[in-house]
Amino acid sequence: MDASAAIAELTDISPQVRRVVAVAADGSLLGANVADDVAHALADGGLRLAETADAVRAERQLPPVAQLEAATRTGSVFVVRDGGRTIVATTTPEPTVGLVFYDLKTCLRAIDDPEPEPKRPRRRTAAKKADDAA
Amino acid sequence: MPRSSRVVTGMLLAAGSVAGSLLVRRRAARRRERVDLYAEDGSMLSLADGTPEAERLLGLARELLV
Repeated sequence: MDASAAIAELTDISPQVRRVVAVAADGSLLGANVADDVAHALADGGLRLAETADAVRAERQLPPVAQLEAATRTGSVFVVRDGGRTIVATTTPEPTVGLVFYDLKTCLRAIDDPEPEPKRPRRRTAAKKADDAA
Repeated sequence: MPRSSRVVTGMLLAAGSVAGSLLVRRRAARRRERVDLYAEDGSMLSLADGTPEAERLLGLARELLV
């Protein structure tokens, strides 16, 4: 499933989820349900949140985070990591935490790997061509 | 109104007010800001609002919720 379809399905089944962005292992965007600039800001912020959370856990000699929820009065931010990928989402206040984590993980796993760039045929060099002609 | 009815009414009112205050307290507790960090092994570290670590993380989260 492509990222847009997976995210559309997620927001369909989980109305508490508002803004979503899925990020590949190399930091590139896999998909989002918001404009590009907002998606980049959400992805950067979510990754920074996860890195800061890792640092907090490391200070206590604990392993890094696999998922987190930051709950505020205006809503929650969720970050879920799975297989190198990350999904960042915002929700309405007081979401059903377990369900949101489950839906985010399902969405992330449903996203296919992006198609690799087709390999260009190698161009023969002029020297090689001259050799062949001789 | 007979005395027994007044006693029952009073007890019902008291029970209702206790239940109501418990509900309000529980909702208020759920509204508290916090950060829950889960590891791969299922362990969880909950940082309550007011701790320096929670403030750092909640600050980042608030930026994303604007």
